[in-house]
Amino acid sequence: MLPLISFRAIAPGMALAATACLLLLLDLLPTRGRKDHLAVVGLAGVVLSMILSLGLWGSDERAFNGMVRLDGFALFFNLVIGFATGLVLLLSIDYLRRQGMESGEFYILVLFSAVGMTLMAGAGDLIVIFLGLEVMSLSLYVLAGWFEGRLEAGEASMKYFLLGAFASGFFLYGIALIFGATGSTNLDRIAVAVAGGAARDPLLIIGFGLLVAGFGFKISSVPFHMWTADVYQGAPTSVTALIATGSKAAAFAALLRVLLSALRTVQPDWAVLFWGLAVLSMTAGNVVALAQQNIKRMLAYSSIAHAGYILVGVVAGGALGGGGVLFYLLVYTFTTAGAFGVILLLERDGREAVAVSDLAGLATRHPVLALTFSVFLLSLVGIPPTAGFVGKFYLFGAAVRTGYVWLAVIGVVNSAIAAYYYLRLIVFMYMREPEGSPTVLVPSLPAGLALAVALWGVVQLGVLPAPFLDLAQAAVIPLLR
Amino acid sequence: MEYVSLLMVFAVAAGVAGALMGIPLLIAPKRTSPAKQAPFECGKDPVAVAEGRFAIKFSTIAIFFIIFDIELLFVWPWATIYRTLGWFGFVEMMVFLGVLMLGFLYIWKKRGLEWE
Amino acid sequence: MGSVIAFWILAALVVGSAVGLVVRRNPIHGALFLVVNLGGVAALYLMMHAEFLAAAQVIVYAGAIAVLFVFAIMVLIPGKEETGPDPLRAQRWLAVPLGGFLALEIALVLRSTVFTTSRSPATVPGGVEAVGRLLFTDYLFPFEVTSFLLLAALIGVMALTKRKAS
Repeated sequence: MLPLISFRAIAPGMALAATACLLLLLDLLPTRGRKDHLAVVGLAGVVLSMILSLGLWGSDERAFNGMVRLDGFALFFNLVIGFATGLVLLLSIDYLRRQGMESGEFYILVLFSAVGMTLMAGAGDLIVIFLGLEVMSLSLYVLAGWFEGRLEAGEASMKYFLLGAFASGFFLYGIALIFGATGSTNLDRIAVAVAGGAARDPLLIIGFGLLVAGFGFKISSVPFHMWTADVYQGAPTSVTALIATGSKAAAFAALLRVLLSALRTVQPDWAVLFWGLAVLSMTAGNVVALAQQNIKRMLAYSSIAHAGYILVGVVAGGALGGGGVLFYLLVYTFTTAGAFGVILLLERDGREAVAVSDLAGLATRHPVLALTFSVFLLSLVGIPPTAGFVGKFYLFGAAVRTGYVWLAVIGVVNSAIAAYYYLRLIVFMYMREPEGSPTVLVPSLPAGLALAVALWGVVQLGVLPAPFLDLAQAAVIPLLR
Repeated sequence: MEYVSLLMVFAVAAGVAGALMGIPLLIAPKRTSPAKQAPFECGKDPVAVAEGRFAIKFSTIAIFFIIFDIELLFVWPWATIYRTLGWFGFVEMMVFLGVLMLGFLYIWKKRGLEWE
Repeated sequence: MGSVIAFWILAALVVGSAVGLVVRRNPIHGALFLVVNLGGVAALYLMMHAEFLAAAQVIVYAGAIAVLFVFAIMVLIPGKEETGPDPLRAQRWLAVPLGGFLALEIALVLRSTVFTTSRSPATVPGGVEAVGRLLFTDYLFPFEVTSFLLLAALIGVMALTKRKAS
């Protein structure tokens, strides 16, 4: 039977894919050696994709025999991915040229990874999730090692690739076992099979466990987090931002869709598992982050801890928990892309300033930048009126309302621990004097624009969160039907 | 059982290869000289190859080969049912190949296939 | 009866070549054992009438991937002066308890009834035509996405190896 071919259902992803192909052709044209125009065209494609997502708002369709879903959930994540990709493109333009590593392939691969993320967000079938995961990951493996010749870049790319390939293997094996247990890879049909008694099938349980290992790697949850710090440190800072925001959001999108639409009937069973993962990720991430002297490594452990916070919302489930997860991922995208965006503007003695001590005295020389960075850090801590506070409030609130009080308590305690290392950066910026030559700010118009957008997001979602929260909760509803 | 013919092909291949190696061993005259004793290396200098490393270029070409090999794997089932698929199948495959040919064009123009 | 004999011959070939792959110190010999192993597995697929899978195994794995392995070994194989003693030699002893654990696990799985009862053999035909029909109807979207995945891989290879030249 021929599937229903609906270009409408894949329009946002198609816009990104077509832009990527256009960039390929543009890169072949002889140019004056600069590649900025590729980033600009890529950005136009991202904006077009976001506009299409907004235009399709409210639709709820399945296409290509259930392979693709066009619903509020997918569209919300398209926006998150669009913001992440757009910010990363803006941040990369001057940064790459400064490092002498500008090349057309960079922007092409960023677009490719965005296509993969979009596929994951709108997938209705485990096969499509896997393909999206691979398109995204392959591009990110290459991007992580972009600064060839630097030792840590090679380490980052190699570790990310080897462990990521392992995780993909687990994921694929899990799909095979689930297919064996339920006779389908389609999420709807899996849901029917699970409701019909396949839930106790050991094949399904093992397969689901393998699937969780694959997802756990991409969201960098403990105990699948081993790659995170080295990759975040060695990758170009703008790519680190993409890995931390876009790839994490896409993985959470696919995970949440599998859990809520295919395995909703057995929620108590998987909630226990994710309860454990959430506590481990929050605690381990925050405790290890306390000892970091490198800001990128510190933010890596912070990202592990945030995966834990977001998993709290996954455990809570339903419209409340799911909506909390979606909202927090949007908040986290603005906050983290902004924080990495500040770091990549700093240089000291001609090298990238990534040590905590490099921040000393920043507030006196670059007060605006220091203030911007402080806002992002406060949002990561979760202090009102920043967006991070609202996000955490709804995540933990959902946990309390669904009866996971202890989980919320552990989350709040962890947030308090985390405050120490975020505030330490602010202390360095405002209360320490630099030793030796000071850290300088390298001005960049596109990066400034990106920081402005990120700052707008953090403030807007912190001060007036209600409409966005409603959107996030409405986006989860199609999964719960 | 339907694969017996396949087995027979393997058997014939093994037989021919074995005969080509075995018969000279039995009946060919053996007159060695230093030049004949040297390892055969396609006209290249055979010394120092065992210890040296291959250039990464070989691997690059091998990866390109794998990618187009996988593409070929998809063309094969398409070709077997091409007549039943009709125009729709033709368009499907052209989209698939078109995307890949774009990549081919890219690596060609970027000199990815050139040796130096 | 003939197929049972063929199965045992193939099984011995597959297991034997896998052992050879692990035991041989020369990585090139290991790669050749891998080719034998992959070919044997392809024959096993054929015995289950999964013709497409068998062909994929031969064309992609025994053909292309094995070639890549050999090239990768040629590129990476260290000279004699670079191979010191294995720094993690002590960890090798972990193989004994872990291997024993795995053997125990397999024995338990084989003894249990979970994987034998109520599961019928594959209902999906594995012939080339059947796979093709599925691929171009139900799995049309993943099929087209695959071309995009291959394109991403091509660009990735270009970015990794040829960036300086451009």
